[in-house]
Amino acid sequence: MPLLDTVVSMHELAITQNIVEICESHAAGRQVRLVRVEIGDLSGVVPDAVEFCFEACSRDTLLQGARLVIERIPARARCRTCAAQVAIRSYHDACAACGGYQLEILSGEELQVKQLEVH
Amino acid sequence: MCIDCGCGPGEHHHEHVHGTEGAARTIAVETDILSKNNRLAAGNRALFARQGVFVLNLVSSPGSGKTSILERTLRDLRGIHQFAVVEGDQQTDNDAARIAATGVPVKQVNTGAGCHLDAHMVGHAVENFALPALDILLIENVGNLVCPATFDLGEHHKVVVLSVTEGEDKPLKYPAMFHHADLMLLNKVDLLPHLDFDVEQCKAFARQVNPGIRILEVSSKTGQGMDAWYAWLQQGIDKAQKPGPDSD
Repeated sequence: MPLLDTVVSMHELAITQNIVEICESHAAGRQVRLVRVEIGDLSGVVPDAVEFCFEACSRDTLLQGARLVIERIPARARCRTCAAQVAIRSYHDACAACGGYQLEILSGEELQVKQLEVH
Repeated sequence: MCIDCGCGPGEHHHEHVHGTEGAARTIAVETDILSKNNRLAAGNRALFARQGVFVLNLVSSPGSGKTSILERTLRDLRGIHQFAVVEGDQQTDNDAARIAATGVPVKQVNTGAGCHLDAHMVGHAVENFALPALDILLIENVGNLVCPATFDLGEHHKVVVLSVTEGEDKPLKYPAMFHHADLMLLNKVDLLPHLDFDVEQCKAFARQVNPGIRILEVSSKTGQGMDAWYAWLQQGIDKAQKPGPDSD
């Protein structure tokens, strides 16, 4: 499954290049030893594929050899029908309380570089 | 030198913690991974608004008939609206040649290994057009229901094309794309008598992912339903060309 995802959704390559670019601009010339990123479960970005791309994208940059720590953000939504706040796994999930589909996404779409550790 | 503010030793005029030389230190970044694309997309969007151009990002899996819908639209509305087209494909300029045959200005963008168009590519592609003369810019994204969902191009709407020769459950399999689209064109409906495709089930799946999605049944081959699509385009053009409250 991870291999298939890697092949199908190679936008993770562009995503990972962006991560490296953002980190390099914040590292101000220092070697980076750890990067923390947040990836929401609804973001359409597969964490395994980002890890797969990271080694290649970080080569010959300040991030070479850095550890990539990915925090997955679970998806939550508020039901516009019954006002319940529920956990969802996908955009097609129904409200666990009332079965409706009028859901407002509260979290799970995150794609952020949170923090760096530099030497 | 401090990497937060650039201050040297003994020049402190504000509070922040400095790491010891040689020790690891933490830098808060808090930056959206897509911030560069989103910034460029915002620039495109502002440009389109200034020029009064209605811009659509057409997305689908390969073979759903995006290019055929464009060809028919361009021929049917010739002389009514001024169009331009950006064609995104990994390789070849076959689709651009089909569009060029309709007489409409077209710019092919080959993404190579890339699986989607991004705002930077679109920003450069539109340099080829006389934007003030245009009513509509149609951007045909790379045929792929996954990656293009993530990259804003500065469009007014994403339009997702699904053909009845595909599965009814595509909206459930690729929910991000259907969630972010404002309009779904269900194409090739002329083939329905020969297929087991359940139109109502497909629409229900699409609304499950996106309760607000508008759905039009069309056939770019027979022209069935195309008038409703053209009416939707007309509404968008009228809105895009109407000066905003703070414009000159």
